[in-house]
Amino acid sequence: MAGTGIGARVERKEDFRFITGKGNYTDDINRPGQAYAYFLRSPHAHAKIRKIDTKKASKMPGVVGILTGEDIEKDKIGGLICGWMIHSKDGSPMKAGAHPALAVGKVRYVGDHVAVVIAETLAEARDAAEAIVVDYEKLAPVIDLAGATKKGVPTIHDASPDNQVYDWHLGDKAATDAAFRKAKHVTKIDLVNNRLVPNAMEPRAAIGDYDTGEGAFTLYTTSQNPHVARLVLSAFIGIAPEHKLRVIAPDVGGGFGSKIFIYAEETVCIWAAKKVGRPVKWVAERTESFLSDAHGRDHLTHAEMAIDENGKITGVRVSTRANLGAYLSTFASSVPTYLYAPLLSGQYNVPAIYCEVEAVYTNTAPVDAYRGAGRPEATFVIERLVEVAARELGMDPAAFRKKNFIKSFPHQTPVIMCYDTGDYNASLAKAMENHDVKGFAKRRRDSAKAGKLRGLGYSAYIEACGIAPSAAVGSLGAGVGLWESAEVRVNPIGTVEVLTGSHSHGQGHETTFAQLVAGRLGIPIENVSIVHGDTDKVQMGMGTYGSRSGAVGMSAIVKALDKVEAKAKKVASFVLEASEADIDFKDGKFTVRGTDKSIDFPSVALQAYIAHKFTGQQLEPGLKEGAFYDPTNFTFPSGVHIAEVEIDPETGITTVAKWTAVDDFGVIINPMIVEGQVHGGIAQGIGQALLEGTVYDASGQLVTASYMDYTMPRADDLPSFHVDHTMTACPSNPLGIKGCGEAGAIAAPAALMNAITDALGHENIAMPATPQAVWKAARASFAKAAE
Amino acid sequence: MPKVSMSVNGKQVSGNVEARTLLVDFLRNELRMTGTHVGCDTSQCGACVVHVNGKAIKSCTTLAVACDGANVTTIEGLANGQDLHPMQAAFRQHHGLQCGFCTPGMIMAAVDMVNRLGFDLSEETIRHELEGNICRCTGYHNIVKAIKAGAAAMGGLKVAAE
Repeated sequence: MAGTGIGARVERKEDFRFITGKGNYTDDINRPGQAYAYFLRSPHAHAKIRKIDTKKASKMPGVVGILTGEDIEKDKIGGLICGWMIHSKDGSPMKAGAHPALAVGKVRYVGDHVAVVIAETLAEARDAAEAIVVDYEKLAPVIDLAGATKKGVPTIHDASPDNQVYDWHLGDKAATDAAFRKAKHVTKIDLVNNRLVPNAMEPRAAIGDYDTGEGAFTLYTTSQNPHVARLVLSAFIGIAPEHKLRVIAPDVGGGFGSKIFIYAEETVCIWAAKKVGRPVKWVAERTESFLSDAHGRDHLTHAEMAIDENGKITGVRVSTRANLGAYLSTFASSVPTYLYAPLLSGQYNVPAIYCEVEAVYTNTAPVDAYRGAGRPEATFVIERLVEVAARELGMDPAAFRKKNFIKSFPHQTPVIMCYDTGDYNASLAKAMENHDVKGFAKRRRDSAKAGKLRGLGYSAYIEACGIAPSAAVGSLGAGVGLWESAEVRVNPIGTVEVLTGSHSHGQGHETTFAQLVAGRLGIPIENVSIVHGDTDKVQMGMGTYGSRSGAVGMSAIVKALDKVEAKAKKVASFVLEASEADIDFKDGKFTVRGTDKSIDFPSVALQAYIAHKFTGQQLEPGLKEGAFYDPTNFTFPSGVHIAEVEIDPETGITTVAKWTAVDDFGVIINPMIVEGQVHGGIAQGIGQALLEGTVYDASGQLVTASYMDYTMPRADDLPSFHVDHTMTACPSNPLGIKGCGEAGAIAAPAALMNAITDALGHENIAMPATPQAVWKAARASFAKAAE
Repeated sequence: MPKVSMSVNGKQVSGNVEARTLLVDFLRNELRMTGTHVGCDTSQCGACVVHVNGKAIKSCTTLAVACDGANVTTIEGLANGQDLHPMQAAFRQHHGLQCGFCTPGMIMAAVDMVNRLGFDLSEETIRHELEGNICRCTGYHNIVKAIKAGAAAMGGLKVAAE
C-alpha cells in the first residue's frame, strides 16, 4: 500500500538517530557534577547481616558517600511494592514480605542490595565497595522450587513462615472433576516452564538529580512506564510529591517486561541525589542485570485433559507451582494468576476448567512479567496437552485441534475471558498451506535417509492483550487502572505534537502513531511528532506492556483526534460562514456540503489560533485536545505457528528448519513493524525452548550470569521466518487493533517442543532442549524402539 | 596518566586517561561520542564494535592506550551528514532495528563483513559472521536481509526490495 496512513509499510521515523549513533539512552545522558553509584551486592543467597563496617571504605579516594539500609530506614523511605493483590483460596491476602531498597537485617538472594557507594568515578566507587566489611551470618538457602514450602525449610520472610505467597485457584473444581470422572480418555503431563532472564540489550540505568533551588527531583531511567514509576516513587516509596518529581525515560533499549518494574537501584539513586547533593548515576553491568533484573516464567505444572468418546475436550485440570523469587516484584503476583489461568481454554471449546496455583518465595532473583507474562506459560500447558492428547488418541494433531476449536463468537470461557472474535480454522488452514504441511512426510523421509530425525509441531495460541478495562482488573486485584491517555496539540501552522502515555522502547510508536494522525488529519507524516517518556510533558499514562500501545494507547489518540476534528469543524464553520452541521472533513479538507467552499486543515489550525473569525463567547481559541481511553474488554490476538525441526541424533543438535506463523492481530497499522515484532517474539520463544536456561546452584549462586554462560539466541541459531496474517477486526476498540508484541514469544515454545518431541517420539524432554538433553532422549527412543 | 592520541572519524583527538581506560569509555566519556554502546562487558554482544585501522574490534575489551596513533571509525563516522552509508540505509529500509541499542555495533560489524568477504553475501554467511553480535529485538530476520541488501548496495549491485 502506498502512502503513509494505516496499513502502509512506512520506514521508521526514529531510525535515523539510531543508525547514526545519535540515540539518547539513559547512559548517554550526563548531568553536571554527577557522581557514580556502585551497589555492593550480597554474595550469599540467604544471610543475616550482623554488621556493615564502612569506616575504611568511606576514607577511600573519591568517595562521596556510602549508604545502607539503616540510612534508608532513618529517612523513612518506603519499601518497593507489589501492586496486585491476590487472595488465596481461603480468602486470605497474599503474604508480602517487606522489600527495602537496601537490605535491612537480612539478604535474600545473591545480588540483593547491601549498600551503595557513591564516588567521583565508577572505578573509585567499585574500589571502595570492595573495602566495605559485611559480617554475614549465613542461613540455609531455599533454592529448589518443588521443595520451597516443605516442612522444616528455612523461612525467607517472617510474613510467610512456610514461604508460601498464596494458594490461589480459578474455575469450577466440582464441574471439572465431574468431567474427568466421565472422560473416555485422560491425558496427563508434567511440565517445567524454565526460568528466563529477559536481557534487553540496554542494561538498566538511572540518574537521580535534585535541584535544591526548586526542591525538585528528576529521575532519568530505563522505564517502560515512567508515570507508573513516578506514581510508585511518590505515593508509596515517598521520595517526593508528584509535582516535585519528574521521571524521564528517554530512548530505552528494549524492555520485554523487565523495565516495567520499580527497582531498588533507581529508588536509591533518586533518594541519594538529595542526600549527597550530587546527581547520582548508575548503569548496570551485564552480570548485575542477570542478578537483579526481574526474571521470567519458572513454573512447575501438572496438567490433565479430559476427552470424551467423540474426541471432544471436556475438561482441563491444572496445578502449578510458581516461583516468585526472594521478593514480590511490582506486578509479580498477577503473572501466574490472572495473566495465566484465564488463558487455559486456549482456542478450544472447553466446558470445564480448574486451575490452582501455589506461589512461593525462594532465595533467587524476583520473578515478574517477561514478554507474554503468564500467557506463554498457559499456551505451553494447553498446546502441549493438546498435542500429546492427539498423539495418544492416534489423531492428527491439526485435526484434533480443528475438532475442538471455538467456532462462534462471542465465546465465554469458564475462566473469566469472553473472546470477542476470531477465526481459528482460517489461521490453521493458512499456516498449513504456507508451511507445506503436505510435503512434510517427504521431507521427513529425506531427513531419515541422511540419518536425521525430522519433526513438526503446532501451536495454536491465544492471548489476552490490550491490558485492560480498569474496573475489571481492579476487581481482580490490580492496584491501578489500565487506561491510556493522549493529547493532540495542533500548532498554528498545522503541525502536530501527540503526547502519549505509551512508551516506545523498540516498538516504533513514533512511526505508527504518526501514521494514524497523518492519515486522519490529512497532513504529511513529517509534520507529526510523537512525544513520550517524560512526566513533565505528558501528564499521566500507564506505559507499554501487554501488547497495549496499539489497542489502548492509539485508541486514546483516536478519542483526542475525534475532539480535535469536532473543534476544527466549529472553527471551519465560522471561517466558511456555514452551519457546523454542513461541514464535512475528508482528506485534510473541511468542505461545506454541496458547495465548493473549503479550507484545509493547516488553515483551520491557524484560524483557531488567530481567532479573528469568532468571539470568545462563541468559541475558545486554540486547537488542543486530550483524552483518556479505558478499554471495554481485553483483546484476543490468536494464531497458529508451525515449527519444523531436524535433529542429528549423533550430536543432539536441533536445527530449526522451517517456521511458519499466521497471526490474527486485527487491524495492522504498519505490517513491516508488526512482522518485526513477530520475528523478535519467535526468537525469544525459540530461545526459551532450545537455548536459554537459568541455573542456580544448590547454594543459590547464579551459575548463568553472563553471555558466556547463558545462551542468548544468535543469528545462526535461527532460521528466517515465514510470517503471514489473517484478520478479524477487534470489535472493542475504534481501530480494530488486537496487539502483536508478545505473540511470537507466546506461540513459539510449544510449537518447538511439539516438533522436537514429534521428531524424537519421546515426550519427556524439558526446556531448554539442549543438545545433551536431546541426545539422551534420542538414545532412549532408539532403545525403546529396539525393545 | 598516559596521554593517548588517535584519529576518530577523521578528526585528531587526544586525552590523558588512566591506563586501564577502555576504548569504549574513552569514546563515550572523554569524547562524549555515545553512539558506541556497552551491552555485556565480556566481548559477547558486539554493541561496542568500532573499526580500528579498518578492522572491526570490540571496544569494550580494547584499551584506549592500545589504540594510540590508530585510525578509529565509529557509527558516528559512517554517514556524511544526512547522506547515509548504504549499510545504514539498508538497516532502515529493511527494518533491521527495533530498540536501536545493538544497531551501531551491528552496522559496524556488517560493514566489516563486506570489507572482508565482498558484496555478495549469502544468508548462511551473514548468520555465521554475526556470531559476535547479539540482538534481542529482531530475531535477526531483518538484520540478515538488511546486511545482504546493504552489502549489495555498497558494491553498487541491486537487490530487489521485498
